[in-house]
Amino acid sequence: MEMPAVDARVMARKSEIVAGLRAVLPADAVIDDPTETKAYECDALSAYRCPPLAAILPRSTAEVAAALKVCDAMGVPVVPRGAGTSLAGGALPTADSVILGVARMNRVLEVDYANRLIRVDAGRTNLSVTGAVEADGFFYAPDPSSQLACAIAGNIAMNSGGAHCLKYGVTTNNLLGVTLVLMDGSVVEIGGAHMDAGGLDLLGVICGSEGQLGVVTEATLRILPKPEGARPVLIGFNSNEVAGACVADIIKAGVLPVAIEFMDRPCIRACEDFARAGYPDCEALLIIEVEGAEAEIDEQLGLIRQIAMRHDPVEFRESGSEEESKKIWLGRKSAFGAMGQINDYMCLDGTIPVSALPHVLKRIGEMSRDCGLDVANVFHAGDGNMHPLILYDANKPGDLELCEAFGADILKLCVEVGGCLTGEHGVGIEKRDLMGVQYDGPDMEAQMRVKDVFDPKWLLNPAKVFPLAASSGRRDG
Amino acid sequence: MRGGGAAPVPPEYLDHNESRVVRVSSEIEVADAVRDAPGPLRIRGGGTREFGGAGAVLDVSGIAGITLYEPGALTLVAKAGTPLAEVEAVLAAEGQRLAFEPADWRGLLGTSGEPTLGGMVAGNVSGPRRVQAGACRDALLGVRFVDGTGAVIKNGGRVMKNVTGYDLVKLVAGSWGTLGVLTEVSLKVLPVPETSATLVIGGLDGAAVAAMTEALTSPYDVTGAAHGPEGTLVRIEGFAQSVAYRAAELAKRLARFGAVEVERDPVRVAGLWRGVRDVAAFHGAEGDVWRLSVKPSDAPGLVARSGARQVVYDWGGGLVWLLMPEGADLRAALGPFAGHATLIRAGAETRARIPAFQPEPPAVAALSRGLRQRFDPRGIFNPGLMG
Repeated sequence: MEMPAVDARVMARKSEIVAGLRAVLPADAVIDDPTETKAYECDALSAYRCPPLAAILPRSTAEVAAALKVCDAMGVPVVPRGAGTSLAGGALPTADSVILGVARMNRVLEVDYANRLIRVDAGRTNLSVTGAVEADGFFYAPDPSSQLACAIAGNIAMNSGGAHCLKYGVTTNNLLGVTLVLMDGSVVEIGGAHMDAGGLDLLGVICGSEGQLGVVTEATLRILPKPEGARPVLIGFNSNEVAGACVADIIKAGVLPVAIEFMDRPCIRACEDFARAGYPDCEALLIIEVEGAEAEIDEQLGLIRQIAMRHDPVEFRESGSEEESKKIWLGRKSAFGAMGQINDYMCLDGTIPVSALPHVLKRIGEMSRDCGLDVANVFHAGDGNMHPLILYDANKPGDLELCEAFGADILKLCVEVGGCLTGEHGVGIEKRDLMGVQYDGPDMEAQMRVKDVFDPKWLLNPAKVFPLAASSGRRDG
Repeated sequence: MRGGGAAPVPPEYLDHNESRVVRVSSEIEVADAVRDAPGPLRIRGGGTREFGGAGAVLDVSGIAGITLYEPGALTLVAKAGTPLAEVEAVLAAEGQRLAFEPADWRGLLGTSGEPTLGGMVAGNVSGPRRVQAGACRDALLGVRFVDGTGAVIKNGGRVMKNVTGYDLVKLVAGSWGTLGVLTEVSLKVLPVPETSATLVIGGLDGAAVAAMTEALTSPYDVTGAAHGPEGTLVRIEGFAQSVAYRAAELAKRLARFGAVEVERDPVRVAGLWRGVRDVAAFHGAEGDVWRLSVKPSDAPGLVARSGARQVVYDWGGGLVWLLMPEGADLRAALGPFAGHATLIRAGAETRARIPAFQPEPPAVAALSRGLRQRFDPRGIFNPGLMG
């Protein structure tokens, strides 16, 4: 992965920069010892690593503002970091950058059930937001797989989704307001407890901007009353095409499950070997979850059964208890772990129109045979967000490159059929050089204009999202 | 259907207000018209939501037609000038709809013409179901638009989940044409539920927001909570059995506020919510119309000091429509508050004095201004409308 040349002027002033940060932050909030900064050399895309110049761990919006002002004045790039769980390299440092970690900012600031909202520090983990309100019957809907570890700050940066967003939407649909610190240290409040913007929807463009417009330090999130209950059903099919057709029929029939997860044979097998969830031996598996009171669940599952039966499933297993529900989800939830057990893998994140599912799965199979790397598919079928897992051997010379090239071909295929490069993980550095597949020059130019306004010196989260050639004039300016 | 057999509309003409109208019928023509524009342009779809402004009219209603509709994928793509009614009819034939329930402002503003998709998106126009299904901007999957330099820009796409690059889709939604001229939009659509019922409580005034809050904090998936001349209304939708169950449970919860009636007649239920959506209570009534977006629990206090003649609450109190004496400045009456107030209907003299959109704090205004300058460097799109 090509990264911009390290700024020698910044490197030469390291001690001055660190001293400047120490002057405005508590002693334990500035890390410059190379053995300690190494902890920040990568995120969950661990194939790429680069220790930063320094790392800072502020505890308040005021500290973030003071630190950014120092970096801005000295022309130091800043890489904001939530919990470091990005699969796209969104928090990968450059050697001349300061990592700004928000993990120490994790308080709940306000819970307001009457107005269905919670205000938190952005370093708070996703699951602990729900944790703060679930005893009172509420929850925060976006549920990325990494929800135990990932921070709201990162969720906002990447506009994270999750398995249940078919019904509840992704981060942007559940975000009401943010406190944003701009690179020059100014603090801006965007949105709040009310719905929708009174002027331009700045919140809408901040969400998903991958930490390139400002550092989000606080967030107001929409919380929802928890449904009375939920129950999954597992349906096995003998072909991907039929499973795909069943998904389309369910959606057309007006049933809107909270989740429709799809696994193909390689994935079913790996999960079965790993988690022993008792999955049937078949080509494709759907896990569909519906919510509501008992009678409502029965009604919806009854409809789903009727539709599924028209497609001759090899298995239709409705959960009869909490225990069985857990078992149905067990395999799916351990899919990534199961894959990690067998191999190194790369997890892709393209989205396709649901109707293109059978074609795309068939093409991925052919491409897999051509290049000799196995692929397992697990994805959110209701919204077409695919997660092909390409298996490779990190110790085998050339395998990572082969895997990356294969991954790029799959993402190009996603765009070709009317989809996109990334549904919920973000572009980061991983898909940066593929942006041109989806967007033409003027499309990217329009996006970069937004960054020009928020971060005129282009110091925030450098070298991400836009191909280096496209952004070079701006970064060097 | 558009055009069929009628005399062709000339590319340039004067409308009933003697404004010069430039009519375009393709994206390329928009780009040309923008590049060649000697001065300000007022972008018009159906002309049903206009707030006034100066300059020639750029009439985009000729860029029309549904490009793609996949019911199984819950997506529809159409040109920006496509009449909303045409889209709604096509969706209804497949048992689907735009879940955010776009309002028709003709009755409220006294306009005629056909509301278009582009106008709906440019205004981020969302109705009562916004509390449950999200706003227009939440259903918007992708856009194509022409910026102030005449460049054609696309963002987003036609799939449900897409985080590729920055989300200009949201930025364009609700920008009232100040960043670009929309030429095509992709929308997420949803199935029309089998049944719908509405709980009606009469006689509430001070307690209306509390009653709506009680409903919205319940697990019964309320898809509308409003208060107006028809009483306090709470809507639930879904499969028949489920609606019956939730209606009964909600009625129990709301009993402490007063007698609860359950309206099940589909025509009457639809009528009640159309009334809320289009603010029927203010049609033909004298006075200015304001639209206030606030934290629901703040609403009653703000209304009390607004000096409004009449109000309609939607979104559980998060949205308040106010009928104000002509020329009154709602913002001045309220003093500082969290949220925003938009002047939707007023005479020219009031419009000249009071900005339509809520003035923003300086730091936010600077960002908005910066974006407008970059997307429309000559300042020709609806100049002055949003600040």
